[in-house]
Amino acid sequence: MSAAIIKTEASQKRRNFISKFLIYFFLIVITACMLLPFLWMLSSSFKLNKDVFGFPIQWIPKNPRWQNYVDIWTQIPLLTFVKNTVKITVVVTLLQLFTSSFAAYAFAKMQFKGKNALFLGYIATIAVPWQAYMVPQFMMMSSWHLNNTHLAIMCLQAFSAFGVFLMKQFYEGVPTELCEAARIDGLSEYGIWWHIMLPLSLPALSTLTIFTFVNTWNDFLGPLIYLTKTELKTIQIGLRMFITQYSAEYGLIMAASVVALIPVLIVFLSLQKYFVQGVASTGIKG
Amino acid sequence: MASAAVQNKTPRKVLKKSTRDSLIAYSFIAPNFIGFCVFTLVPMVFAIALAFCAWDGRHAIEFVGLKNFVKLFTTDKIFQAALKNTIVYVIGTVPLTLACSLAMAVLLNQNVKLRNFFRTVAFFPYVASLVAVAAVWNMIFNPSMGPINMILNQFFGVAVENLPRWAAGKDTAMITVILFSVWKNMGYYMVIYLAGLQGCNPDLNEAAELDGANRWQQFWHITLPQLRPTTFFVVIMLTISGFKVYDQMYMITQGGPGTATMTLVYYIYNVAFVNTPKYGYASAISMVLFVLVLIVTIIQFRGSKGEN
Repeated sequence: MSAAIIKTEASQKRRNFISKFLIYFFLIVITACMLLPFLWMLSSSFKLNKDVFGFPIQWIPKNPRWQNYVDIWTQIPLLTFVKNTVKITVVVTLLQLFTSSFAAYAFAKMQFKGKNALFLGYIATIAVPWQAYMVPQFMMMSSWHLNNTHLAIMCLQAFSAFGVFLMKQFYEGVPTELCEAARIDGLSEYGIWWHIMLPLSLPALSTLTIFTFVNTWNDFLGPLIYLTKTELKTIQIGLRMFITQYSAEYGLIMAASVVALIPVLIVFLSLQKYFVQGVASTGIKG
Repeated sequence: MASAAVQNKTPRKVLKKSTRDSLIAYSFIAPNFIGFCVFTLVPMVFAIALAFCAWDGRHAIEFVGLKNFVKLFTTDKIFQAALKNTIVYVIGTVPLTLACSLAMAVLLNQNVKLRNFFRTVAFFPYVASLVAVAAVWNMIFNPSMGPINMILNQFFGVAVENLPRWAAGKDTAMITVILFSVWKNMGYYMVIYLAGLQGCNPDLNEAAELDGANRWQQFWHITLPQLRPTTFFVVIMLTISGFKVYDQMYMITQGGPGTATMTLVYYIYNVAFVNTPKYGYASAISMVLFVLVLIVTIIQFRGSKGEN
């Protein structure tokens, strides 16, 4: 009898070990697929063009070529591109956070006429691709002389339905009793939004921040259509211009790519801690 | 202080309470809604009208009825290729990205060491600049010199003439772009799934474990049903972003070889902004894109309602 119990315990242990092993195996394989291209990029950025495709891959170059990182700043106005992108991204993210959480509060916690119809309208705009109306939008903007301005990019990025959707999902998880109690205590709806919902929704706000930031930072087609002057270009289209102009300068392209990645990496790593913590601690359902 | 304000307001209540509540609610929605109307709704309506017109931006707009659409579906071979490619791309990326991101989220949701590290690495390609990672991807998958083909050649014994041409090959170009997209976007959906998994009730899994369900059964019968709203959201987002695909093609294959990776949005861009602009014709293609997305959304909406 006891032998049988010991046996099942042993097989249980073995099963646990195997499942742990499989979990780590798959995790490491996926992680390697994710990481290796970046390591290859970094290593290539320190190489001469002729050494970039050397095989077997020399992960740590024997004579790192720092000159690549000096040359890129003189070859293209990288700093201007970065500045332009930061400016657009910060403005869009702030606008997005404010307008989305504001609208989402009404959708999640208030009763009003036409609520369902309006919200359905928002869902529908997530479904309507921007690309389906980018042509008339561009003509409208140019008739207001907004083409070749950063304002145009900000306007078309800042009012997404996705943000409203995301924030509403989160707010619905916040107990309604909390709002009711605050209302009985005499807090106005604006007060509830500011004093109760915003502090509670920090995880959702940071999620929205990182997603908006990334979307705006990585936006390609918008700036490609609107910004044709070199001094207005964002990092994406600026880098792309460089890659097309110097298509065989592999080392330089990789160095410029690394430089383009660093700001995102820094923002991402510093925000990610907060972001992951937020999502994990309170959870998306509150 | 706030309660005093309400007490002052209550006696001279002019509006009915429900009307006042509605007005306050509208004031919450207004900032987003006004921006949305001006920059989204107006161009949307304009786009529908423009689809039935011919306009080059210089001469007067001319109403042409259904002529644009007739031309698209009868004589325009590039459009037909673009339509087919877009659908192939969606069919390729949606299930693959969904499976990878869900698998990664479930793995990370186990009690593993270095969890934050794994999560950060998986999410990073999504935040990384598309232009930069596409540049690396192009080099890694370079048909004649890239490390992928070198590995295939030296370790797997694939003969040089049989090596895949990846982005340069007519049959492999789309696969290359699909692989790239899955690699790039997986982390985003993984984060959404992780958030969904946080909302799952662990008591249910414990109860099932006591009843003798193994991990796979627990995942299939307990976790997955709880994740249904998340999956619904992920599928919607993935399908829609699949129909909108453009950047990846522009950077990896330039729509080629031939029209092998030409997509609807790529074609809209070419028609509207390259050479002589044909705004009306471009809007007609936009309408096709819109209808495609709409159909999928309606199917998914009905499906999720039926399930609940």
